[in-house]
Amino acid sequence: MSNCTLGDGERPTQRAAANGERTRDERPTQRAAAPRRSFPHIADAFANSPNGKAFIPFITAGDPTLDVTEKLVLAMSHAGADLIELGIPFSDPTAEGPVIQEANLRALANKVTTDNVFNMVARVREQSQVPLVIMTYANVVYSYGIERFAARQAELGMGGVILPDVPHEEKEEFDEPFAAAGLDVVSLIAPTSHERIRAIAADARGFVYCVSSLGVTGVRSQITTDIGAMVSLVKEVRPDLPCAVGFGISTPEQAARMASLSDGAIVGSAIVRMIGELGEDCVEPVADYVRRMADAVHGV
Amino acid sequence: MEQSSASRGRFGIHGGQYIPETLMNAVLELEEAYNQYKEDPEFNAELADLFNNYAGRPSLLYFAANMTADLGGAKVYLKREDLNHTGAHKINNVLGQALLAKKMGKTRLIAETGAGQHGVATATAAALMGMECVVYMGREDMERQALNVYRMRLLGAEVRGVDAGTATLKDAVSETFREWTNRIDDTHYCLGSVMGPHPFPTIVRDFQAVISRESRAQMLEAEGRLPDAVLACVGGGSNAIGSFYHYINDKSVRLIGCEAAGRGIDTWETAATISTGRLGIFHGMKSYFCQDEYGQIAPVYSISAGLDYPGVGPEHAALHDSGRAEYVAITDDEAVDAFEYLSRTEGVIPAIESAHAVAHAMKLAPTMRRDQIMVVTLSGRGDKDVAAIARYRGEDLHE
Repeated sequence: MSNCTLGDGERPTQRAAANGERTRDERPTQRAAAPRRSFPHIADAFANSPNGKAFIPFITAGDPTLDVTEKLVLAMSHAGADLIELGIPFSDPTAEGPVIQEANLRALANKVTTDNVFNMVARVREQSQVPLVIMTYANVVYSYGIERFAARQAELGMGGVILPDVPHEEKEEFDEPFAAAGLDVVSLIAPTSHERIRAIAADARGFVYCVSSLGVTGVRSQITTDIGAMVSLVKEVRPDLPCAVGFGISTPEQAARMASLSDGAIVGSAIVRMIGELGEDCVEPVADYVRRMADAVHGV
Repeated sequence: MEQSSASRGRFGIHGGQYIPETLMNAVLELEEAYNQYKEDPEFNAELADLFNNYAGRPSLLYFAANMTADLGGAKVYLKREDLNHTGAHKINNVLGQALLAKKMGKTRLIAETGAGQHGVATATAAALMGMECVVYMGREDMERQALNVYRMRLLGAEVRGVDAGTATLKDAVSETFREWTNRIDDTHYCLGSVMGPHPFPTIVRDFQAVISRESRAQMLEAEGRLPDAVLACVGGGSNAIGSFYHYINDKSVRLIGCEAAGRGIDTWETAATISTGRLGIFHGMKSYFCQDEYGQIAPVYSISAGLDYPGVGPEHAALHDSGRAEYVAITDDEAVDAFEYLSRTEGVIPAIESAHAVAHAMKLAPTMRRDQIMVVTLSGRGDKDVAAIARYRGEDLHE
């Protein structure tokens, strides 16, 4: 792994993070030290965390602007995020609740496209090797060209994609080109998956995204699914494959509980709601929130 | 690779099951139940009884003598799905799915609706079978079709307005899928067209295939031969696939789907998916979709709310690829002219959707010989469209 990857000992202090992103004059060194394709894989995000548990925030790229997204990625990385899920907006995000739906529409209204999300990631890569994964919908990748999308991600040192509308039966069409580029298409399991979990886990890559609840993304006061049982089904088949839980998590207590039952916690709507409310002023409050959540996950 | 080896429900390269994992067991259970009941004599007897004694089937195959004489070419027959209970072909699919859902132990139906026709049909079947019913409808469409909203409520259904996205049919479909992921155990998604994830395109097609099963037999009875062309309008494509299905192996029969060109296929205000769309993945299926270069689904437009959808069913996409069926685009102007023409010429007011097929018949019939025959499916009746057509013609008429 490249020496500029944010490993344990290299994690910037909270004070450094509070001072904002790295200074511009650090960039040339960073870039020179980061040879192409020497990038962290998704699994490294778990392995490199202080306790093997990952805190994974989600944001929609381009909400409120791509410049703010760039700052958010750097700030969340400094605040302790182990892997960042970047959403490429889609016109009809069928797996999302109202909060993320609205973020998608705001980003599209700003004329955000797949190409300018990738260009923003290229700017991030001049400053940070934080593990990144794209969350979007099948048509965004399919329309761009699956091989072309994977090649561009590999070039940018990204880990792969999460596609909530590509279930196990349809995965191979995406999996093969991504695997050929050294990237992962993350598999999801849901409370309704039951006997499907073993088959899904058997050829999952990167990590398994455990959907905590029925329904769409959004903050929930309670998560009633037996997450432990879902995770142990995965571990029966793939003891070393990380599982992270998403959908409904917003408090440090929930994040810590989910991380204790699995290998990580994914938080989207709670962050996207802050961004929606605060607009361009969201960077510091989001970084503070991510720090509290990451500390909770790393303290398990 | 065009598709994954484990993928189910393909029509050529189209179809599949592109849905969240949360719904996978639900569609697998639906497929299993459907495979069990479709060959079950008792199920089929119950469905036939509902078709004949509730929906008013078989529908007439009517010889349009005035239209034939006026156009001066092929003999024109109209397959009168507009005479069904609730006034459209939608009831065929809904009775089938509601009966299937009931057999599966479901007590609640959810559905999307654009203009309200499928919503009304679903609410009707739910009332008949004593099931709970929730219909999702774009807020824009609720305002435009206030009468149908009241009709659904009268039938005991709850109508939920959808404000997301463009607040029209595609958003209603998305919202119904979201609701289904939220509540699966007691709920069946009664999808209204030959679209969505497998097994919906197959199930809906099989229930709508009654149209061509009847028309083929009726034509053989009336003329002693098969028609030369079968025409139907295409939005998602359920009345068209139902009209085509039993003729697919009769290679002498031209199958022609009529899409909504809106203000023209060279404008952005169109819903002609096969004429202007590109291969994509959306709402559970691979098929053709109106979309931009980055795969964002395009807002579409047609005077006809029932054809105002940015995609087309996967079996139509495959029939287009193979060349077995032809797809033409009909503008708003042409459809409105046909709406008025059929009303005056035959005393039949067609749904504005169906008027797209009538418009193409008006172009095609004069180019055919007098000993040739065409069947045009009238998917629905036009009462619902009268006020909108009056406004299109500049009259200030409101329901």
